[in-house]
Amino acid sequence: MRTKGTLRQILLITDGCSNQGEDPVAMAALANEQGIAVNVIGVLNENAPEYHRQGLKEVEEIAMAGGGISQVVYTKHLAQTVKMVTQKAMAQTIKGVVNAELQQILGSKSTMEDLPPDKRGEVIEVVDEMGETMNLEILVLIDASGSMEDKMLTVQESLLDLSISLNSRIGDNEFSIFAFPGKKTEAEELLSWSSKLDSIGKIFSKLTLGGITPTGPAIKEGIAAFSRKRSSKRRFLADDAPGYTNESSM
Amino acid sequence: MMPQDIRTSPVCNLAVGEEIRGKWSHYRYRIRRRLGYGATGAVYLADSDHGVVALKIGHDQMSITSEVNVLKRFSKVQGKVLGPSLIDVDDWLTRNGTYPFYVMEYLKGETLFDFMKTRSPEWAGILLVQLLTDLHTLHQAGWAFGDLKPDNLLVTGPPFRIRWIDVGGTTIMDRSIKEYTEFYDRGYWGKGTRKAEPSYDLFSAGMVMVNLAYPSRFTKASDPDKQMQAKIAGSPMLKPYASILEKAWNGKYRNAEEMRNELVLLLNAKEKGKTPLKKSRTAIQKPATRQAQKKKQSSFLTETLLVFTFVFIVYLFYMLGQTM
Repeated sequence: MRTKGTLRQILLITDGCSNQGEDPVAMAALANEQGIAVNVIGVLNENAPEYHRQGLKEVEEIAMAGGGISQVVYTKHLAQTVKMVTQKAMAQTIKGVVNAELQQILGSKSTMEDLPPDKRGEVIEVVDEMGETMNLEILVLIDASGSMEDKMLTVQESLLDLSISLNSRIGDNEFSIFAFPGKKTEAEELLSWSSKLDSIGKIFSKLTLGGITPTGPAIKEGIAAFSRKRSSKRRFLADDAPGYTNESSM
Repeated sequence: MMPQDIRTSPVCNLAVGEEIRGKWSHYRYRIRRRLGYGATGAVYLADSDHGVVALKIGHDQMSITSEVNVLKRFSKVQGKVLGPSLIDVDDWLTRNGTYPFYVMEYLKGETLFDFMKTRSPEWAGILLVQLLTDLHTLHQAGWAFGDLKPDNLLVTGPPFRIRWIDVGGTTIMDRSIKEYTEFYDRGYWGKGTRKAEPSYDLFSAGMVMVNLAYPSRFTKASDPDKQMQAKIAGSPMLKPYASILEKAWNGKYRNAEEMRNELVLLLNAKEKGKTPLKKSRTAIQKPATRQAQKKKQSSFLTETLLVFTFVFIVYLFYMLGQTM
């Protein structure tokens, strides 16, 4: 079993329906096919109208197609949720890997749940261990449509809080942040792959909120960012160049 | 779609008298009442062949199994009883799905807040000493408690002893803390990482104390350091512990024993009346104890004198006997 590897996750934070471009559910399925789990947090205002709540159904569908998990929360609980969803998503992905290995050993259809509690404990220890030591690449997609305006400060704080948690792990972490819609494009890179989120405050203050919600194109852009990263890493390995200049340049 | 809430989950709303039967070991448990619920499931008081037990049931295999792993480890920490002891682990098959559960010893006691309501403030210090003793043992065994807060603690007895009841946050040293609650989390206050290490728990232990003085808690202000200083200075209960709380807040203690020893010294000093704490009651008590001490000292003196005289008389008789 691999104990060191890289987990790739997209974390989408949105407050409603997509209304432009590709179907976000389809794009999430596409990401999942390439080993990237898509997790979604739906943010709800305390006094949100009923039609708004209905719009958040999409949240669940995207996560399901993306092999990730979803959670709908009120704004004030966002910080806790961002961290909880991320950790659960990591665990779920690892569990998927472990289950696949188990099926190879125990025959098809066996999952962790079919093991007696004693054995299950040992497996979970392995899962815990992997969650702690694996490298994590997490790409955050932030809905920057007008209705998110009053939630941006909370989103920013939540991401800082997430980085405190993830940087307390043994494994390496890299974050990248995109907002959609961007100034000129459908999704704009706010932060290129980096292990620190300290500078995130400045990024958010520069952000202008737009009217449309191109969730599908944003997920597609996220997938592209992952593959760019992968290919630059390959180049780096081939060139045997010192440092991670390709990846950390802004 | 509404925000999901653990409280609406079926396992958090089991009926009184409902029978839970294990899939693997077939033991039966009859629900008496719910004791509480947390992030991962609900805890019930239940009747079983082993007597009255506490039963925790959830829907997430991962988190329930992790907790079981921790409880198992606790039983291996030599000679010390730390958490409740683990009795049984199983799954419950229902029409709606399979729910993992585990059964542990039922600890009967009062919550920290209820206990402190009827008792004098120095008990807060004594409970903290007990807590630090247990934390030190746990840390020595290679674990951090993680989610340290009054909800996860209980005072059993008499003799009164602080015990922890929920070990869901317990994490292997140097990993990232599994579960935490903002108010007791140093990451939230901008005072450090969420890495499992002794100073993480000691920060939380300090905040448990602060919480006893401010039961409704408070949220972070723009300058948490100043805010905390003001909160400590503003509470007659916390003020005597200011130096210790500040060191815990700033992560200055290397281990739980160091903090515990300082606290014990402080509590001893208080008993001698060096730091007058409360008004009327102690003010009357203190001179009384001092008089008692004086009395003890003078009786010691007379005792010594008597012994000396006795020995001298015996010696005289001996000398007399020799000369005769």
